[in-house]
Amino acid sequence: MTKQTHRIEHRVISDWVSFGASILDLGCGDGELLSLLVRNKQVYAQGVEISDQSIQTCVAAGLNVYQQDIDIGLTEYSDNSVDFVILNQTLQQVRKPDFAIKEALRVGKKVIVGFPNFCYITDRFQIFFRGKVPVSPSLPYEWYDTPNLHFLSIADFKEYCKKSDITVEDEAFISNSYRVNFLPNLFAEVGLFLLSK
Amino acid sequence: MEARKLITPKQPPQTQKFTFAQPPDELTLESGEKLGPITLAYETYGTLNQEKSNAILVLHALSGDAHAAGQGGWWEKLIGPGKGIDTDKYFVICSNVIGGCQGSTGPSSINPQTGKPFGLSFPLISIRDMIEAQRNLVDSFGIEKLLAIVGGSMGGMQVLQWMGSYPKRIRSAIPIATTMKHTPQQIAFNEVGRQAVMSDPDWTKGDYYGITSPAKGLALARMIGHITYMSDVSMTEKFGRRTRADKEPFKFSADFEVEGYLHYRGDNFVKRFDANSYLYITKAIDNFNLLNGHGLADIFEKLKAKVLVLAFKSDWLYPAYQSQEIVKACKLAGVEASYCEINSTYGHDAFLLETTQETQLIGGFLKAVSNGNGNYS
Repeated sequence: MTKQTHRIEHRVISDWVSFGASILDLGCGDGELLSLLVRNKQVYAQGVEISDQSIQTCVAAGLNVYQQDIDIGLTEYSDNSVDFVILNQTLQQVRKPDFAIKEALRVGKKVIVGFPNFCYITDRFQIFFRGKVPVSPSLPYEWYDTPNLHFLSIADFKEYCKKSDITVEDEAFISNSYRVNFLPNLFAEVGLFLLSK
Repeated sequence: MEARKLITPKQPPQTQKFTFAQPPDELTLESGEKLGPITLAYETYGTLNQEKSNAILVLHALSGDAHAAGQGGWWEKLIGPGKGIDTDKYFVICSNVIGGCQGSTGPSSINPQTGKPFGLSFPLISIRDMIEAQRNLVDSFGIEKLLAIVGGSMGGMQVLQWMGSYPKRIRSAIPIATTMKHTPQQIAFNEVGRQAVMSDPDWTKGDYYGITSPAKGLALARMIGHITYMSDVSMTEKFGRRTRADKEPFKFSADFEVEGYLHYRGDNFVKRFDANSYLYITKAIDNFNLLNGHGLADIFEKLKAKVLVLAFKSDWLYPAYQSQEIVKACKLAGVEASYCEINSTYGHDAFLLETTQETQLIGGFLKAVSNGNGNYS
């Protein structure tokens, strides 16, 4: 993923988050997004992360971060205890995405989900013309060393929300450093969704 | 850097004494009994700034002492100039606990009323009594608010007690490899240790001072303790099934290296530790229950400090779930908390040995706290 895509992704999320809200970022990595939200929106930030190195970085940045595997659930959080639960670039790497989304929706009043679109046009080209699983800026791994366990498209996710009775309050689609409005399932590298129950 | 070195030449840290609770103002212990005068042995490292805002209190475990930093200090690798707990920036205080035997008032001290060692006439002490004594020491420096309190195992229990008892007097807290209360398994190991001491004929109901100390019993207690501080993996890595070169012609001699190690640890401990102190302190640890009469949600409700909880993957004596429970209590109270489960094979001993990872985490955390980074800064 390019830096610009990241930046736009973070800007969209920051726009969705209300001032002073409580945030739980599942798979917060080095805490870039959380730090941005603390700076821009004075949020009460908490992160969950599994990597030792990332935990150290977050702690040094003054962030509250909890080392845990998201796949075991969010048992220590009660229902609706957080304003926004964020699953940005995390969903494709958890073992049970359905469980992760349901847990996020239980704990959070609203949930923000972001993921790489597997049906982005260049990915489709790679499959169609080269007959190979796509390797692209948003999916930068070879099949044998990817942390991604699930591959989904924007269309797949929308269908999932419909089937699961999840309300999509807002959505944003990004490619390189641009917002995409035309045929996002074809032209967007990243899909972002603001969800509620 | 050079100039600073000239101003503060390297001096070995010296253990100092602080005495308070002179009669008739004795300290009322949690048991209701009174104790005084009380002496605490302590060491300090670094310089207290003018605002008195850079003080860190370091709390030791069961067998520790005031000598935390400098040569031979139990956290030598973590505390010092440029280290994780950087004495160029922070003023570090480490005191020995009451009930101890390394310079502080304990069962081996002379009872001023009788002129003889207390022995079992020494009152039962608690973790809360330990931190009450430390609070007096902190007050004597005129420190209103500690930048941080840090400790592992029993030191971690003291950190938790500070968080509960003096929530407004700390800016941050780092409880490591510890618990809000002992489980039956943890109590059981301590009880076996106490029974080892008390079944030594030389113990004579604690009245052995000036005669023969119950060295065999105390050494056995320490051997049991050491098993619980290690892990299956760390023992295998350290000893394997290697045997010792100097075998004795006795059927049940300590042939394996692990046996020799335990004997060595036991024998060494006896030279520096008092058997009665072992009984009093392990009992204080077993009796500790921060949740006594409180719910998990309200135990830290007045706390405004930032908390970093550390556990170790191979620590089976103080398993990670006990640390997670501490974080849960923080979260329920809206206290800012971070949790890291450090990858280590050392078992419970990891809190003394995994200083590289602790340096990263604790050093980074302290910097963030002292710079006011993060939420609500």
